[in-house]
Amino acid sequence: MNPKYLKSFSNHLKTSMGACFPGDKAIFRGHDLHKELMDIEWFDLYVYGITGRRFSEKKLTLLQFLWTYTSYPDARIWNNRVASLSGSSRSTANLATSAALAISEADIFGRGIDIKAISFLKRTVDSIKQGENLKDCITRELKNNRGIAGYGRPIASGDERIQPIMKKAESLGLSHGIHIKLAYQVDDFLTQGRWRIKMNYGIISAALAADIGLSPSEYIQFSFPAFLAGIQPCYTEAVKNPAGTLFPTACKDITYEGKEKRSWKEN
Amino acid sequence: MQSIHTKIWLEEPENDNPYATKAAYCHGYNVYDEMLGNCRWVEMLFLLLKGEAPTQQQADLLEHLAVVLANAGPRDAAVHAAMCAGVGKSVAASSLIAALAVGAGQYSGAREVYLIMECWNKLGTDENQWENFLLNPSSSDIISTWPDIEHIPGFDPYGNTTPTSIITILKKLQIDSNTPYLQWLFDNRTFLEKLSTKPITITMVAATAFIDLGLTLDEGEMLMLLLRLPGAAAHTLEQKKYGHKNFPFYPIKLESQDNKESR
Repeated sequence: MNPKYLKSFSNHLKTSMGACFPGDKAIFRGHDLHKELMDIEWFDLYVYGITGRRFSEKKLTLLQFLWTYTSYPDARIWNNRVASLSGSSRSTANLATSAALAISEADIFGRGIDIKAISFLKRTVDSIKQGENLKDCITRELKNNRGIAGYGRPIASGDERIQPIMKKAESLGLSHGIHIKLAYQVDDFLTQGRWRIKMNYGIISAALAADIGLSPSEYIQFSFPAFLAGIQPCYTEAVKNPAGTLFPTACKDITYEGKEKRSWKEN
Repeated sequence: MQSIHTKIWLEEPENDNPYATKAAYCHGYNVYDEMLGNCRWVEMLFLLLKGEAPTQQQADLLEHLAVVLANAGPRDAAVHAAMCAGVGKSVAASSLIAALAVGAGQYSGAREVYLIMECWNKLGTDENQWENFLLNPSSSDIISTWPDIEHIPGFDPYGNTTPTSIITILKKLQIDSNTPYLQWLFDNRTFLEKLSTKPITITMVAATAFIDLGLTLDEGEMLMLLLRLPGAAAHTLEQKKYGHKNFPFYPIKLESQDNKESR
């Protein structure tokens, strides 16, 4: 590749995804948005936009419930707190929501867990198809990554989201896919072994999405607004409360653990 | 009572208001009473990240680098993104959010700086190790939300020769015994470029300087994001004045979905 290659891309957009033709029409993945797709639900369009594939109504329903059951308007949760702090600081709702969703790409929650969880399931399904046994797959995963994304709840406290999600999946006939079965087999192994940890929402959501047919990268894109419904009420309330009243922090509320006072001039 | 823990910042309250600051100390230094008037911006930056004041040479290097990185110009994708906020008269913060999102990337962005610094930490200034790496570049197999890397970090996949600007920057960054990595890069640039068959980029220079400054990968990534914001801000405000009628809305070539998928 060289500058000539770059030049071939200059000053125009070559795309198969779509375009707007003001006053005439808009094309969405090859279809006229206002004619061919005029009856499509927004959520259906959203998933179609990411994947280029249309999914059954039942599958779309389950995908939506993956978001519904993790929508917690609790302003203590870090991403929600960003939205609330924005409201309390009288920033805009748009900025509040954008920032809250941006920080939802985290190593210990949200997209960082999602990508690891679905990748683990896909990788393990492939390994088992090639004749490897589950115990070896899990042991390797634990050795390489010091844990498995989606498993990390203490045994005493389960994840309240799992039961309603599985109930919904069952009612829609989507609870018996290969990835969800694997998720439970791994849970059995980890619960009974010396690890003593249980599955959480992350692995269940990833497994159901994988069974529905999403790839890891599609799943990450799809999951972007997962917490959105819980984020918005946090802003709504904070912006109505008196400004600056969300977690006001007095000087004494900070635990300083740094250097003793010293003189800059001595540098 | 839960509290936020910090080693960076100590604030003393006014007697009549626990939320009002009488004095603030950054890593032990009185900010408003003593640092103010006696401290350069880059010294404060370094102190915040590293917990100690920089030496004169470190502060100079950081300041020179800050000048280099302040503006990548309107051709840069991150600045382009910020300008999109400007022409649409979007809220100010959104222009910097746009610049950060684009400038965060693995191609010419802060994540590329992170990956280059990772290379320095692994390979050091060992010619054999760099040769092995550049002849058989391997990327991390850690699963993350970052897309797969498509080029060798620090080298321009579309470049032919090293831009004069990069050579000039390298010459002017006051390379000396305090900057062994920049010195090694300066001495071995052609060796690296011959192996990779591609010229080095500004992200390579920035990452190398960050290593010389003793920054961690996380600190380098964060500083890269931060130091490139001034140009994004200025170009946003400029485009806000020019308006959208003076900003390209490029012609489009719409391909069919089938054509795209069959390629």
